[in-house]
Amino acid sequence: MNKPLRRIAIFCGLLVLTLLIRDNWLQYVQADELKEDEHNRRVAIERYASPRGDIIVDGKAITSHATTEGDFKYKRTYKDGAMWAPVTGYVSQAYGATQLEAIDDGILTGNDDRLFFRNTLDMITGEKREGGNVVTTLNAAAQKAAYDGLKKQGAKGAVVAIEPSTGKILSMASYPSYDPTTIAGSDNAAGEAWNRLQKKNNPDDPMLNRALREVYPPGSTFKVVTAAAALEHGLYKSADEKTDSPLPWTMPGTTTELKNEGNLPCEDATLREALRVSCNTVFGKVGYDLGNDDMLETAKKFGFTEEQFVPVRSSASVFSDDMNDSQVALSSIGQYNTAATPLQMAMVTSAIANNGTLMKPYMVDALQAPNLDTIEKTDPEEMSKPLSADNAQILQSMMETVVKDGTGTNAQIDGVTVGGKTGTAQHGVDNSENPYAWFISYAKTDDGSSPVAVAVVIEDENAVRDDISGGGLAAPIAKDVMEAVIDSKK
Amino acid sequence: MSSTTNPSTHHTSTIGAIGAPSRRNTELALLVFAVLIPVFAYANVGLAINDEVPAGLLSYGFGLGLLAGVGHLVVRKFAPYADPLLLPLATLLNGLGLVAIWRLDQSELLQDIKQAGTAAPRQLMYTAMGIALFVAVMIFLKDHRVLQRYTYISMVTALFLLLLPLVPGLGKNIYGAKIWIQVGSFSIQPGEFAKIVLAIFFAGYLMVKRDALALASRRFMGLYLPRGRDLGPILVVWMVSILILVFETDLGTSLLFFGMFVIMLYVATERTSWIVFGLMMSAVGAVGVASFEPHIQQRVDAWLDPMREFMLSRANQVGHSEQAMQALWAFGSGGTLGTGWGQGHSELIRFAANSDFILATFGEELGLAGLMALLLLYALIVERGVRTALAARDPFGKLLAIGLSGAFALQVFVVAGGVMGLIPLTGMTMPFLAYGGSSVIANWALIGILLRISDTARRPAPAAPANPDAEMTQVVRP
Repeated sequence: MNKPLRRIAIFCGLLVLTLLIRDNWLQYVQADELKEDEHNRRVAIERYASPRGDIIVDGKAITSHATTEGDFKYKRTYKDGAMWAPVTGYVSQAYGATQLEAIDDGILTGNDDRLFFRNTLDMITGEKREGGNVVTTLNAAAQKAAYDGLKKQGAKGAVVAIEPSTGKILSMASYPSYDPTTIAGSDNAAGEAWNRLQKKNNPDDPMLNRALREVYPPGSTFKVVTAAAALEHGLYKSADEKTDSPLPWTMPGTTTELKNEGNLPCEDATLREALRVSCNTVFGKVGYDLGNDDMLETAKKFGFTEEQFVPVRSSASVFSDDMNDSQVALSSIGQYNTAATPLQMAMVTSAIANNGTLMKPYMVDALQAPNLDTIEKTDPEEMSKPLSADNAQILQSMMETVVKDGTGTNAQIDGVTVGGKTGTAQHGVDNSENPYAWFISYAKTDDGSSPVAVAVVIEDENAVRDDISGGGLAAPIAKDVMEAVIDSKK
Repeated sequence: MSSTTNPSTHHTSTIGAIGAPSRRNTELALLVFAVLIPVFAYANVGLAINDEVPAGLLSYGFGLGLLAGVGHLVVRKFAPYADPLLLPLATLLNGLGLVAIWRLDQSELLQDIKQAGTAAPRQLMYTAMGIALFVAVMIFLKDHRVLQRYTYISMVTALFLLLLPLVPGLGKNIYGAKIWIQVGSFSIQPGEFAKIVLAIFFAGYLMVKRDALALASRRFMGLYLPRGRDLGPILVVWMVSILILVFETDLGTSLLFFGMFVIMLYVATERTSWIVFGLMMSAVGAVGVASFEPHIQQRVDAWLDPMREFMLSRANQVGHSEQAMQALWAFGSGGTLGTGWGQGHSELIRFAANSDFILATFGEELGLAGLMALLLLYALIVERGVRTALAARDPFGKLLAIGLSGAFALQVFVVAGGVMGLIPLTGMTMPFLAYGGSSVIANWALIGILLRISDTARRPAPAAPANPDAEMTQVVRP
């Protein structure tokens, strides 16, 4: 009987060999794939096993952490979470991470490859892994001014402020907002908070980052882009030459007259005067005279039609490339298809204030290792040059007139030169929905440099459909933000 | 362990060298390691989880040491020539199992869902009961050939045990497999005991019938085809296995019993045709049943696509379980060297984490290296069992030893293969490692019987036989 016994022994050996091969397949060949599978809870357990690094504004952390029950040890907490939510995004044990928290997740959790050497060292010395910090460009005072201003209005809206000379984002507020701390955990409370914040349960959609992700018709604020196009393409050479602008003006190819808001002195008005009182006829005609291609070229140079990464992605602002004459005319006064994110309009303002050079907007100044060594520093970068320095200064003087004795007087600041433009955009079928009140502006110090450019948009049911509302509702917020930036520089 | 002085007969093939050293001191030395390794592992778990050496270290080490010591003394007294490796191997596996069970007891998640918490003390108690049964086998089973007398009683007992889970009110359905019975607060898996009793029956039966089954056959295409009426026994066992599969819906148990029978039949008859028949019949049976039994189908689906099964379970689909995928993640997360004792997250498997799925804990925390070592420990047990079968001088002993070791190997393969996703999951448990009284107690009895057979095999022959011819009758065919 021993021959079959030996064969059975070989058979049993093969059984064990099969198991060993399978084990090698699982724990060696497939190990990494299984280990890093998104559904493998260990990934999340590891992720929340140590406190996350912080997001820093003006040298102070706007984030912190708390311990939680269960197998996730730490959760994120936020100071003034609602105010900072458009900057930070959220990171939740149950719902993942978005925006800055997601983009710089590697640094914040300490898993980034650039921390590899340190992590390996920690593993040997038995130190616990730590996360690094994300240092932002934001200005706490400006952010507070922006958020408080929106909150006081109580209407949906957003503010973006940029430092024109560098592209640093100083303020990015959205209202209504949400406190990401409430959804940071994985308990029932977090789940309920999450459900309450979802758009289907909350028509205000508080988790929408309006500063980056919502496009609004820019209305009359777009006229500065049209004016820039007119100067750049040589249609008009100065702010004070008479334009060829009939009143009333019937849009080419239609029988529709383009209307101004009220009885404005727009016939053959200079660009300065037309911007001051916000003539639709003048800028509509300018856009028509330039044509779709020239308008699009200038709009693109300001950043239209492209998503921006600051590094959080913003929606692409819209200026169409296939319009007929009347559509170009309407688009040139910020209507028809034209739509812009608040970030986009802040970029437009910032380029004008920076003498025609558009700096790439960014909000992460540096990434720090856990011991505060700088791992990566963002340097200001020129993005494009939408208009020449001379033309930029012409446009600046026009915008300063708007604030001095035009529709934007609410933005005046004592001892500071301010240039701006109001806007009210109608939307909805037959303009049935609430109009948007816009204000874009910059401040200029005595040496001619500009510390801040800002764009404010408010969706307000009380806004009347004229430019006054842009000046009335949005301009005071812009003013507060600019003041906050100027004060913090002193 | 001295006497190599007996120069007596040179037998042809048996390895149980006459006058071989008893190797009891080797066993004792190995047992010291088999107790120390789990004790260190236990300390390791405590340090990893609570940053302190666990309070129960001494009593635990003492308990395991005492049980191993009792086992050793009994073997020394009643089976001095028994195989020296089996007892230490079983002790080591049992000890490591206790550590892993205690480690899972510390998991708050498993405590919350009542899957662990006080399992380790109970398992220690089961181990004591297992050793007690082992001691009883050693003391009362003076010669394994006695078991031959109980061939048909064994058959009845085995059928009774196998059918117990089907008795209404007694049987318990755990995740679809009906292989448990509930007595008071105890869950018992009668299949574990049936495994041994069936081996006794098959050995006794085949010893008598082997000639008829082996010789009366026709040759066809290089295979010896058995006569129709000789197909009877294998058909009956096959039918019973199919019935188990259909009514107890457990592929593993069914495969184990049928496989054990085919192995013993092959050894008894030396006819390869039985293996071919066996493989064909199990394939037909498994595929046939799987085609209409939803629970088996679901196990197969879960095996083919564990991720889909995980998603269905997450979507709260009734009857689906995320265990299979969780086990794979546990293995993968362990990687080559593992996370170290107490630092993995195998508790995520939740249900049966410390029983059916305990291998995943070893895989995650000891890694590929540790798990391969563990599988080799099992391989060693099987190897010692097969060696015992080779050494045994009587056909009944040979058949019983190969039946028990073959079943042991099949069980290890079916359970480990199931947990590692090599084959569909079954409801059986890893011998000695897994939490569960039936398994521990039955497997200690199995080791006891193997030790008894090996003792008989290696025991020096009684002084020079009176009649040399009589000795010749002991020669076993190579």
